[in-house]
Amino acid sequence: MSDRLLVRAPGPLATLQDAGRRGYQRLGVSGSGPMDRLAHEAANRMAGNPPGTVAVELALGGLVLEVAAERVRLAFAGGTFELQIDDKPMPWWSCVTVHRGQMVRIGRAQAGVWGYVAIAGGLALPAQLGSHATHTLSRLGGIEGRPLRAGDALALAELEPSPHPDLMLPDPPPAREVIRAVPGPQDDYFTPAGLAAFFGEGYRVSAQADRMGYRLEGPQVEHAKGFNIVSDGTVAGSVQVPGMGTPIVLMADRQTTGGYPKIATVIGADLPALAQIAPGGRLRFQSVSFEQALEARRVMRGWLDRLADRLEPLRTGADLDPARLLGLNLIGGVTAGDPLREGLVP
Amino acid sequence: MTETLPPARILHAGDAAFVIELGETVDPAINDRILALDARLREAALPGVTELVPTYRSLLVHFDPDAVDGLELLGRLRGLDLEHPGEAPAGRAWTVPVCYGGEHGVDLEEVAERHGLTVEEAVRLHAGGTYRVYMIGFAPGFAYLGGLDQRLHTPRRVNPRLKTPAGSVSVGGIQAAISSVEAPSGWHLLGQTPVRAFDPGREPPFLFAAGDTVRFRPIDAAEFAALAARAADGDPLIRPEPASEHAS
Repeated sequence: MSDRLLVRAPGPLATLQDAGRRGYQRLGVSGSGPMDRLAHEAANRMAGNPPGTVAVELALGGLVLEVAAERVRLAFAGGTFELQIDDKPMPWWSCVTVHRGQMVRIGRAQAGVWGYVAIAGGLALPAQLGSHATHTLSRLGGIEGRPLRAGDALALAELEPSPHPDLMLPDPPPAREVIRAVPGPQDDYFTPAGLAAFFGEGYRVSAQADRMGYRLEGPQVEHAKGFNIVSDGTVAGSVQVPGMGTPIVLMADRQTTGGYPKIATVIGADLPALAQIAPGGRLRFQSVSFEQALEARRVMRGWLDRLADRLEPLRTGADLDPARLLGLNLIGGVTAGDPLREGLVP
Repeated sequence: MTETLPPARILHAGDAAFVIELGETVDPAINDRILALDARLREAALPGVTELVPTYRSLLVHFDPDAVDGLELLGRLRGLDLEHPGEAPAGRAWTVPVCYGGEHGVDLEEVAERHGLTVEEAVRLHAGGTYRVYMIGFAPGFAYLGGLDQRLHTPRRVNPRLKTPAGSVSVGGIQAAISSVEAPSGWHLLGQTPVRAFDPGREPPFLFAAGDTVRFRPIDAAEFAALAARAADGDPLIRPEPASEHAS
C-alpha cells in the first residue's frame, strides 16, 4: 500500500495549495495559491522542498492528520497554532519527522488565520491547468477542486530518504498592523480627501473575509468620478472600492477582472501579514513608492534565503510553557459558533 | 475609420505587475490595439514577464520581481511603441446554439416586457446580432460580449443571484455574456447554451478567446437536451471558422 497522510478532520477550511496557477488568468482562471506566500515558502524550505511545492493550507486550526507511512517529515508555518504529535505538544514553525500511526493535531489559531503543513518530498497528485492549487469556485486543483474532508488520503510523492533532525524557527515573522501599498492603478478615480481617508487612521477586517477577498470596515473613500470602470485586470493585493466606499482587498482566489476602481495595491512583502489579520483585527495603510515596494520584497527574499541558518534544534515537553497546554482547545473549538469562522468558509 | 485614440499609460499595480492602459471605454479599436499589443509582448517574451492578461482596454503585465528588476522592465516597456502595436491577430467566428426562455432563460419574458417587445422579437434581436468577444474574465472561460442591440440594453438586477447555471446566455447593461461555470450574477438570463465554454477535462479546455466573434442559433429544449448530453461526454459541439465568415 502506498504511503499516505490521512485527513481525520479538516477544520473549517483546508485546501491544497502550490505557488498558484500561472498563465491562465487571460482565460479567466484565478491564480489561487497560498494566502500567506511567505509562510507557504518558509514551510517548504523547512521541509527541504523547492519553493512552490504543494502543501496543506488550513484556516483557523482543527486539522488532524494520521500518518500512514513508515515516516515522513512535516514542516509547520504561518500564524501561530497549537500543535500536538499524538499527545505531545510541539512548537509551531517547526519541522519534525513523524511515524506510522502518529496523529498530528493542529489546534486553534493563537495568532493569525492561515497555517501551512509542508510535506517533505511533496504529494503525488495530478495537476490541473499546470497547478495543484485548489480553486473551489472553478473546481480546479487539489482533490477534485474541493476543500479537504475527513477520509481524504494524501499520497506521498516519496519516502523521506534519511533521518533528519527535528528543528524549529525561534523568530517567526511578526504580525504587522501597518500595511504598505503602492497607489494605483486607478488612484485618479478618488478625491484627495478619499485618498487621505484611505491612507489615514485605519480599518478593521470585516467578517466578510475569505480566500477571494477581505472587505474592510472603516473610513469611507470618496470617488472622484463614479465607481464604475470598464473592467480590467486584478492582482493579489488589489484594493478595489465599490460604490459604498469601503475597500475590498482582493486575495488569492480573486476573480481575474473587476469593474470597480482600484485605489492601491498592497505590496507583495505585506500581503502575507494582511492575510493573517483575523476579522475584527486592525490595520492601517501606508503609501509607498514602487521602488520602496521592490526594496521591501528584497528584504523578504533575504529573510527566506537566511531561514535555514536560523533553524535551531527542536525543544519540546518540559521546555514549553505548561500553561499553554491548559489552553489547548483542539478540534471542537473551531467548529460551529466560532465568530471567526463566519465568512471564512466558502 | 480614422480617429484619435487616447495616449498609452503605464500604471502601477503593486510590485509584481504593470497595467498598460490604452483607453477607458468599450471600443473595438481600443480592444484591437490591446490584442495586438498582447501578441507583440507574447512574441517578445521579455525576461521576467510571467503572464499577460488582456482586457477591454488594458493589458495587465505580471512579472516576477525576484527574476527581473522591476525598474528595468518598466524602462523596457516605456521604450516600446505602445500606441502602434500593429495588427491584432485575426479572431475566429463561432455559432453558439441557445435555448431561449423557459427554465433555460428565466428572465427572457421580463426583459422583453421591460422594452415593450414580444418574447419572439427579443429573441430575434438577441440572436440576430454579431458579437465581439472583448475579454475572457471573471471566471474560467466567461466571455464578455459587445454588440448587443440597443433595444436590449438592460440595467443589472438590483439583487444579484447567488447561483446561475453554467452556459447562461445573459445581458447586463450594454453587454452580453456566455457563462462557463455555475456562478453568482446580476445579469439577466435570456437563455442557455449546452456548449461548455470551459471543460478542464476536454482538449481544448477553453473555446472562446478575446477578438473572436459570436453569433447565436436558437434551438428548442429537445435539441438542448441532446446536445447537453454530448457536451457532458467532452464534445465541444461547435468549431471555429475564420472571422471573415461573420463579416457583414
